[in-house]
Amino acid sequence: MTRRYVMEFERPLVELETKLEELRRIDFAQNPELVSEVEELAAELERLHEETYSHLSPWEKVQVSRHPDRPKTQDYLETIFTDVIELHGDRAYGDDEAIVAALATIGGMRTVVLGHRKGKNTRENIKRNFGMVHPEGFRKAIRAMRLAERFGLPIVTFIDTPGAYPGIEAEERGQAWAIAEALAVLSGVRVPVVCVGIGEGGSGGALAIGFGDRLIMLENAYYSVISPEACASILHKDAGKAADMADCLALTAADLVELGIADEVVAEPLGGAHRDTGVVMSAVRERVLEALGTLAASEPDAIAERRYERLRRIGVIAGDLG
Amino acid sequence: MSISDWFKARESRRYTVLDGDAPARAEVPDGVWTKCSACKKIVYDGQLAENVRVCPHCGHHFALCAAERIDLLVDPETFAEFDAGISSADPLGFVGAKPYTESLGTAREQCGLSEAVVCGRAEIASHPVVIAVMDFRFIGASMGSAVGEKIARAFETAVAERRAVVLVTSSGGARMQEGMLSLMQMAKTAAAARRLAEERLPYVSVLANPTMGGVTASFAVLADVIFAEPGALVGFAGPRVIEQTIKQHLPKGFQSAEYLLEHGMVDDVVPRGQLTARVGLVLDYLAAGERA
Repeated sequence: MTRRYVMEFERPLVELETKLEELRRIDFAQNPELVSEVEELAAELERLHEETYSHLSPWEKVQVSRHPDRPKTQDYLETIFTDVIELHGDRAYGDDEAIVAALATIGGMRTVVLGHRKGKNTRENIKRNFGMVHPEGFRKAIRAMRLAERFGLPIVTFIDTPGAYPGIEAEERGQAWAIAEALAVLSGVRVPVVCVGIGEGGSGGALAIGFGDRLIMLENAYYSVISPEACASILHKDAGKAADMADCLALTAADLVELGIADEVVAEPLGGAHRDTGVVMSAVRERVLEALGTLAASEPDAIAERRYERLRRIGVIAGDLG
Repeated sequence: MSISDWFKARESRRYTVLDGDAPARAEVPDGVWTKCSACKKIVYDGQLAENVRVCPHCGHHFALCAAERIDLLVDPETFAEFDAGISSADPLGFVGAKPYTESLGTAREQCGLSEAVVCGRAEIASHPVVIAVMDFRFIGASMGSAVGEKIARAFETAVAERRAVVLVTSSGGARMQEGMLSLMQMAKTAAAARRLAEERLPYVSVLANPTMGGVTASFAVLADVIFAEPGALVGFAGPRVIEQTIKQHLPKGFQSAEYLLEHGMVDDVVPRGQLTARVGLVLDYLAAGERA
């Protein structure tokens, strides 16, 4: 039997499932009175399933967003895009596999795709640094953004990173400088930018390719200024308070729509995107194509201007605004 | 209790220990001494103020509040603040160890500021500028909606009036208590800085201790010329986060201004006493287009 990844909040469900399986192995011919009991338990399990997954708390959603079987950037690239040409390297230091840049076609439209790239297994994850980008990765993305602008190709990005990598080499090579540059370039490219939050949206490393003219969020994807664990360890000196902080940070897809940061939420199958990737893929494909279609009609200068106005509106302030 | 602890405890009973890095007071009363947090030597406060709050023994740069910074940098009598009334709301109703509104109230009271950045028009070496200075005392000068808005307006004002921008940063990063709204200020301020650059107006930033996280990774390092103060800690991830990630101790001087200079990230490390002249000289070179 393959080992199944169980999220913290799924444990009671899994325990019940195991119990039910054990009961089913009982010889019912000798204990006919148990049949109805087992059926009842099965119905109870079904109900509990429905209840758990349709009312996930923010912290539970964060766990779903990190599920190892959740579809990754690479899956989207392979499934809903064709004629993919990957662009490697930043032309200065190296090729960061934690981020992908590619020429790719969706529904007949030529685009530049950028995405954080987590691995599917430990070996891949080590190669891709668990989707945590170094400066050269952001610089590769910047190169691709400029390419997209020069040749009038719209940009589609997939956000899925725990954050930019916090390490010695990353700092030495100017992590902050690379992110800042990506923000400045992306804010001004004169082509449409459509972003899709597919998993984790970890802080500045996510933002570097994570804003544009449209932000589409999967239902259980999150996007946050800081991870709930780090927030808890800073404010409470206790990472165990992560669930409380997840409630406070307004990091779910629905929260982001309310704050005027995201535009729409793509519903996921009960239990998360990994339960039925096909459904998720086609929904994302449809939303991206719709967004690209709408934005394609705009003049290049007007697109950049509107993006600036969109950014300018984000924020809640008080006092005398002058 | 170890022997050294016992000595420390005894000393603390015998002597009053002054906090070396206490925020600067506007009016320094005579006869007060400060212990330098770097060399541990005692400095007379009057002497410290005269020496732009740099330790005369070891050159350690003490923190400056926004008002002191502005006094230091601009031509006398030229500063006129704008957007002083903009302040933070509490859009998420955030409660961490204490409610965000409480942190805001305390910061406003203690600093006499409505937010963590002070912006205004001024002249530096007779060049018209917009100057913005962050004040670390105000919730670690973290960037929420109000700071983001004020920085964006500072760049926009400079574009509208064809002024250069001089920005002094010190910040813990994005303000957690406003969640994603804070993160988005990084994109907003970077976009505003880019528009200034497109107008070919100069932007000089001075990175003061400490400048970290979302402020470093947005407008702070998008300047045409970047100076840092000696010893300033500047980076993206905090040293503690990095140590926890890589499970090693960091090399001495890691993320210091001098280290950044060595790695090609800043144009120069400039002692505070030379800062005004140096910024003025850069503007002499770059600000020819300001009235064009």
